Amino acid sequence: MAQVEIVDTADVKTQEMVLNMGPQHPSTHGVLRLEIGTDGEIVRWVRPHIGYLHRCFEKHAENLTYPQVIPFTDRMDYMASMNNNLGYVLGVERLMDIQVPERVEYIRVIVCELNRIASHLISFGTYGLDIGAFTPFLFAFRERERIFDMFEMTCGARMLYNYIWVGGVSHDLPDGFIEAATAFVDDFEKSIDEYNGILSGNKIFIERTANVGILPADMAINYNVTGPNLRGSGVKWDLRRDEPYSIYDRFEFDIPVGRGEMGTVGDCWDRYMVRIWEMEQSRRIVKQALQQIPKGNVHAAIPKQVRPPKGECYFRTETPKGELGVYVISDGTTKAYRVKVKSPCFVALSVLPELCKGAMIADVVAIIGSIDIVLGEVDR
Amino acid sequence: MTPSEIHQRLREKFGDQILGFEGEVVEPTIKVAAPAIAKVCLFLRDDPDLKMDSLMCLSGVDDPSGDLVVAYHVYSMAHRHRIALKVFVPRENPAVPTVEHVWKIANWHEREAYDMMGIVFEGHSDLRRILCPDDWEGHPLRKDYKVQEYYRGMKVEV
Repeated sequence: MAQVEIVDTADVKTQEMVLNMGPQHPSTHGVLRLEIGTDGEIVRWVRPHIGYLHRCFEKHAENLTYPQVIPFTDRMDYMASMNNNLGYVLGVERLMDIQVPERVEYIRVIVCELNRIASHLISFGTYGLDIGAFTPFLFAFRERERIFDMFEMTCGARMLYNYIWVGGVSHDLPDGFIEAATAFVDDFEKSIDEYNGILSGNKIFIERTANVGILPADMAINYNVTGPNLRGSGVKWDLRRDEPYSIYDRFEFDIPVGRGEMGTVGDCWDRYMVRIWEMEQSRRIVKQALQQIPKGNVHAAIPKQVRPPKGECYFRTETPKGELGVYVISDGTTKAYRVKVKSPCFVALSVLPELCKGAMIADVVAIIGSIDIVLGEVDR
Repeated sequence: MTPSEIHQRLREKFGDQILGFEGEVVEPTIKVAAPAIAKVCLFLRDDPDLKMDSLMCLSGVDDPSGDLVVAYHVYSMAHRHRIALKVFVPRENPAVPTVEHVWKIANWHEREAYDMMGIVFEGHSDLRRILCPDDWEGHPLRKDYKVQEYYRGMKVEV
């Protein structure tokens, strides 16, 4: 019998292999290329390459009048166009010192929170797809369609709205909207239970996401990661509560944070779960807003010509993906001198190499899904 | 701390490296000499009264004066105060020390400012273009930018 030589595998080094993921890859949520240095199944380093969707937003913004830029903001984070509209518009309104009518404030909150639910639904559904669960995606689209039907009633568009204007909104809410929205928020509570039943507590899902891609709170702050990703790391921080804009200080809602229930604080499961909890909070906000909304004219404060005085401001709002910062410099004409958008997804993507270090190749997909990026906003 | 208190504090520490302060505007801004910016940022982050733990945004601006500007918007989550810093550099030699070691996010923001404005960040670990292709010519957000006629043999339509 031949003698079997026993080899100690502890110090056997395999050759490093560089793996390209993307730009066309179903799990990169857009056109993103990752260069991955692997040692067997272990990821040693990751280098993201972005810019495939660069559409010169900032250059366009310098060459168009302020209202003409709003449709371009729709196309940054096309999962949550209303919130992008709002961030830009509030920045311009701050410069011009415009007070909008009460009804407009309420309409903005209602559509933005509905859009936040729609965006989190996509995140939830596609995250299931990434991990290998197909059904949650269909559940998510079922509710998302109802939200989009309501937006279609309101402004005619399903995804890219150009709805929130400087000083107002393009159309008042149509007849039947309040009823449809009320019916939706009442039904939606049950839907969240369904999501939890089908995905959140699923054993395979937990195995794939708990203790994977841990983002410690101090690293998150140093990278200025915001939104659900920051809250997933246990930091209770939400601009709607901590630096209220619009009329968010009038509503009661909680700020859910990751608690490490299934593993460590700041892992993929925590980030995922924060989004599910946030949908419930958005539902509460919409419900309160629908009860309180006053009557009024939504066009009263729209200026004839948008011409902010000379000056600049940096305004940030809480979009579903995190803090959207809009830096507007006005030179006193009808076109902005400079517009810079700080995209929350850009920031979240820059922390990806840290999250992936030492993970398995299959976990990279789970980690990208958990930080919920939209490449349209990363590349602008 | 209010913006003017922050300015006072920096003034005491850095003296004439702090070039100016605009307080009566929407966005209070402190003008800082380019060579001192990294030290100022480190002080802003580590001083217990200031504790500016997050860099909200870093942008390049092509100023009407002809200089290039780097604008830093910093915020303290601990104390909830904010301030904007501005650094002016000449167009011919736009070099600014990096703040990557202060806030890690500056890495990508500085790459973007380099790509779009051509501002060079000294000491940056990986200063490459980020949105445009590596072999793109010029810096698109400069006001005098002219788009190249051909890119790798393909006509670039304007």
